[in-house]
Amino acid sequence: MIPVHLVIAPILIPLATGAFMLFFEDREHRLKTILSLASVIGLVIVATLLVIRVNSGEGPAALVYLLGNWPVPVAIDLVGERLSTLMLLVTALLALPALLFATDRWQGAGPHFYSLFQFLLVGINGAFLTGDLFNLFVFFEVMLAASYGLLLHGGGLPRVRSGMHYVGVNLVASLVFLVGIAMVYAASGSLNMAEIALRAESMQGFDRPVLNVGIAMLGLAFLVKAGMWPLGNWLVPAYSAAAGPVAAIFVMLSKVGIYALLRLALLVPSDGIAFGARVMFIGGAITMVIAIIGVLAAQSMKRAGAYFILMSSGTLLATFGLSRPETTAGGLFYLVSSTLALGAFFFIVDVLDRERDGASDVIAVTAEAYGDREDVAEEEVGSLMPGGVAILAVGFGLLAMVLIGLPPLPGFLAKFAILTSAFGPITEANDPAIVRPAILAGLLVLSGFAGLLTLSRMGIRTFWQPVEPLSPRITIRETAPILFLLALLVILVIRAGPAMDLFRATAEDLHHQTRYLDAVFAAEPAPSARDGGR
Amino acid sequence: MELVIALAIGVLTASGVWLILRPRTYQLVIGLALLSYAVNLFIFSMGRLRVNAPPILADGKHVDLSAYVDPVPQALVLTAIVISFATTALFLVILIVSRGLTGTDHVDGREPDR
Repeated sequence: MIPVHLVIAPILIPLATGAFMLFFEDREHRLKTILSLASVIGLVIVATLLVIRVNSGEGPAALVYLLGNWPVPVAIDLVGERLSTLMLLVTALLALPALLFATDRWQGAGPHFYSLFQFLLVGINGAFLTGDLFNLFVFFEVMLAASYGLLLHGGGLPRVRSGMHYVGVNLVASLVFLVGIAMVYAASGSLNMAEIALRAESMQGFDRPVLNVGIAMLGLAFLVKAGMWPLGNWLVPAYSAAAGPVAAIFVMLSKVGIYALLRLALLVPSDGIAFGARVMFIGGAITMVIAIIGVLAAQSMKRAGAYFILMSSGTLLATFGLSRPETTAGGLFYLVSSTLALGAFFFIVDVLDRERDGASDVIAVTAEAYGDREDVAEEEVGSLMPGGVAILAVGFGLLAMVLIGLPPLPGFLAKFAILTSAFGPITEANDPAIVRPAILAGLLVLSGFAGLLTLSRMGIRTFWQPVEPLSPRITIRETAPILFLLALLVILVIRAGPAMDLFRATAEDLHHQTRYLDAVFAAEPAPSARDGGR
Repeated sequence: MELVIALAIGVLTASGVWLILRPRTYQLVIGLALLSYAVNLFIFSMGRLRVNAPPILADGKHVDLSAYVDPVPQALVLTAIVISFATTALFLVILIVSRGLTGTDHVDGREPDR
């Protein structure tokens, strides 16, 4: 039996670790490394336990933790159900390699890296767990405040310049978030998501439109985080300026916006489908188009990586915009696989960028246009590929396969799951319901093709025909995170069946919001010593 | 009173939006500050406007709740003020760093070409 307090552990562990580390100077590098790694490994264990517990099939659908032990609608609650525990696990599995990667080099590039990293995890985990709108806002702000510091980590003009836009846009988004919360409260008289959902069902008169506008405002704030066009123009410069491990964990940041959107849209459905499903679909589709153009036009690997984040956001929004449980399950598969793959991609790019100046990337893009190199290729025959390059090259190739969606890696399985379920219930070709799945299918294929073009061109110019000789010094602490994420992706293929069952059960829970409501309202305050005598 | 509050929120929001669309970083900060005042007033007014009604119950006995004003928006405003204050202060630091690195107070870090 798992103790009830385990639900709050994903918030408390990094909070305590991060705060404790503030007492020590950055010179205590070894101590901070050990503490941070212990904290993140603890998070992996806790998240795994929570996922196992929630999916064990016994007890209610969600673990509800009532803060302060107040009864249900009054208490601020933490809700660990299938989706939030799954997201916790993905966060922890991405945070572990990101932290390990950063210990080698990046942690020394600026003050308090370790504490900021832990506080970022507090914000992300809290945003996944909380069942209260205002708490969601607070955790968003914790997450953003830490991310402002991490984005600027390492300093330099590009980071400051894009950081200023990032902070400015997110401050405005936070204000929109607050307006949304106020309107939802005015309409429903509650900030508890479950109670809002319950009251929305029987809402009459002017309250319903006020609630709708309030949720739309909240959605706007979430979409800024997710980077939907036209709200996501800040994302690419900011993510491509961030340090490698920071960019890797920022991949999760955009998924927090998508998580919050999905949760709220399905808790307050209108006409049986997710709230704002059409906006999500159209916005997601346009974001995909922008990302396809961006990936094709990107002149550096890091920029391409940032556009891949945008592509993954767009795909997820469009997929969830169809608002069908089976498609959502495929979308969750895509979310997990693309998050892990993009994290590893940023590690590889970071190692490569260290060795090269930015110019060689541009040359790699434009070289074909000038038709060089035909004469010099002969003398390189027989030169061995150094071991470090081999690891990077194989890793790059495998990740490219995930991002493009080639079998047998999980990128393919995820896209396959999305497409089969999107077309599943439609039998006739002239059914009007086929339009949206058809658009999604076309964009998915196109995005894979754009990724194929860009990544194969970059891969050839980096590993096979380098513009300048490539001999990166890559240490074990930088190799291990890449291999770890690749191993996770391979496991996701081998255990695709059980994983898909998990995603399907998660999607079913999401689309039946009564399960969430029942679990929350069934929660009883724990009998305390004070009440025990009565 | 509703009209006065509504006008105040409207004027603050309009000025704030105009200022954050300006190209200078200082205008941006002032614009964000005005917008956050507007948002705080807005949250406050969402708890319905009442005059001379306390938000906190006198003692835990049976009381007439209609004599009290909703305390939740007031608590929310307090948190929102603190958070927007802190993040705006952080933003100021970035502005100063940017000013030092680029030598200009344009939000893009360089003067537009003329």
